[in-house]
Amino acid sequence: MNQSTYYNPELETMSREQIEALQLERLKATVKHCMNNEFYQKKFKELGITPDDIKTLADVRKLPFTTKSDLRDTYPFGMACVPLRDCVRLHSSSGTTGNPTVILHTKKDLDEWANQVARNLWMVGLRPDDVFQNSSGYGMFTGGLGFQYGAEKLGMLTVPAAAGNSLRQIKFIKDFGTTAIHAIPSYVTRLYEVMKEQGVDPRRDTKLKMLAIGAEPHSEEQRKRIEDMLGVKAYNSFGMSEMCGPGVGFECPEQNGLHFWEDYYIVEIVDPETLEPVPDGEIGELVLTTLCREAMPLLRYRTRDLTRVLGRSCPCGRNHIRLDRMRGRSDDMIVLRGVNIFPIQIEKILMKFPEVGTNYLITLTTEDNNDQMTVEVEVNEGTDDFNKLQDLAAELRHQIGDEILLKPRIRLVTKGTLPVSEGKAVRVVDKRKVYQ
Amino acid sequence: MTINQLSIFIENRSGTLIKVLEVLKQSGIQIIASTIADTAEYGIYRLICSEPLRAYEELKNAGVAVAQSDVFAIELDNQPGRAAEAVEIFSKAGISITYLYSFLLNGKGILIFRTDNSELARKTISQNGLKFIAEEDLTSYT
Repeated sequence: MNQSTYYNPELETMSREQIEALQLERLKATVKHCMNNEFYQKKFKELGITPDDIKTLADVRKLPFTTKSDLRDTYPFGMACVPLRDCVRLHSSSGTTGNPTVILHTKKDLDEWANQVARNLWMVGLRPDDVFQNSSGYGMFTGGLGFQYGAEKLGMLTVPAAAGNSLRQIKFIKDFGTTAIHAIPSYVTRLYEVMKEQGVDPRRDTKLKMLAIGAEPHSEEQRKRIEDMLGVKAYNSFGMSEMCGPGVGFECPEQNGLHFWEDYYIVEIVDPETLEPVPDGEIGELVLTTLCREAMPLLRYRTRDLTRVLGRSCPCGRNHIRLDRMRGRSDDMIVLRGVNIFPIQIEKILMKFPEVGTNYLITLTTEDNNDQMTVEVEVNEGTDDFNKLQDLAAELRHQIGDEILLKPRIRLVTKGTLPVSEGKAVRVVDKRKVYQ
Repeated sequence: MTINQLSIFIENRSGTLIKVLEVLKQSGIQIIASTIADTAEYGIYRLICSEPLRAYEELKNAGVAVAQSDVFAIELDNQPGRAAEAVEIFSKAGISITYLYSFLLNGKGILIFRTDNSELARKTISQNGLKFIAEEDLTSYT
């Protein structure tokens, strides 16, 4: 059995030179592999480059960027670099303005993904004796199966509790001797509230020793609050379905930034306007190139997440790049309770209701530790009937809820008081205690 | 037998009512009666005015969410108990009143109400010989 502090000792403790040598080797292979795909063939042709142009790691900047719209435009299988018969899993994100995005995995991709998650959980002290409860959504949401496979790979007894039903979650935690939970931060808070109502003291009545939290922006203060509530460390997890899912980056016990695994990814931080690299320490957009993916390698994928480089060494002995917690987005995507939402989704629904205008304002707030969304819409048509107004608000709440997977509060406001729907109007006001 | 009432969406925020009143003022339209019914976030401002059609157009052009609706206006003697008698008549006829408001005008009590069963209301008013105010009578009051 592995007695080491590290899950993949050699890979995790490589020197910078070793990391970069491995990255160059893998980048060359990835770029060659991308030539099996029509989309990338075309992109390379447009830029007048061939795989042979990659001679140093810095040559990554010669490569084309890949965006979420590229994934939509090639829906469903246009980004595949292997025949579909070699793929064993598909994850898909919800459709927003058009097609959803599809991410394909081969058997090896799934195994590498699980390895990253296992490495992360090992890093923060989990071992095969631990009991891991995954209180995250399953299905298409990669936080479910991603942590499931990773925790199983590590060798833990893994409980696919999924999200919701807090009373049952608490019963599992007590009865199964759960030592670690993965959940979105707001759900951890919810669990704690229910524990309190039930007279369960997490310090006295459970064997919990750590939490993995992610998929939802949260501040250092929120993390500290969660740690105080449950009396255990909470580690920040970064993942995105385009890369695989959770596992891409994770905090080590130092809790000073997330290690992004550079044997799996090339990390760039660029200015979202100029797309030029920004110096270490400055905030820019995270751009990731996959180095080990078979089914769907992605070159210079623009994550739209804003962060900065904190360092390339760490007292924990890992020299994989450390990035700050995500500081926001370079597009208008909202991440609320683990759900990704684009304002255009709400606009689309509003257009179906002639009683309201297409002007709207989304306000995000934190109330009692829960993130809330309020959508203000303008009442266009007068009515003499209160029921009509109430039905209108209820129907909007329902239809928007179906589209974005969570129900916002609807506030009907006076015509002409919201920012107009053309141009670069401010459509989202984020008052959550997240990005401070 | 009915009169034209304007119903305006009013958000519970300072400044929204004044905007409506300014439009009417600028247009030289006189308010005969008005009432606000509200919930926590918004209300409906109902008003009876001179020249309701012109008022409707002016408000609409000013970007106000306004609707027209037909309401009954019953004229009663200015005596205690008259309102009770009138409402009892409707009640006995099986007419449910959605909302009601009243005011005094030229020494007469005016009862304004809306019902979902207008047909029955018309019949009841006629049969009981209640005095009602018609649309064209409105101008004579101002």
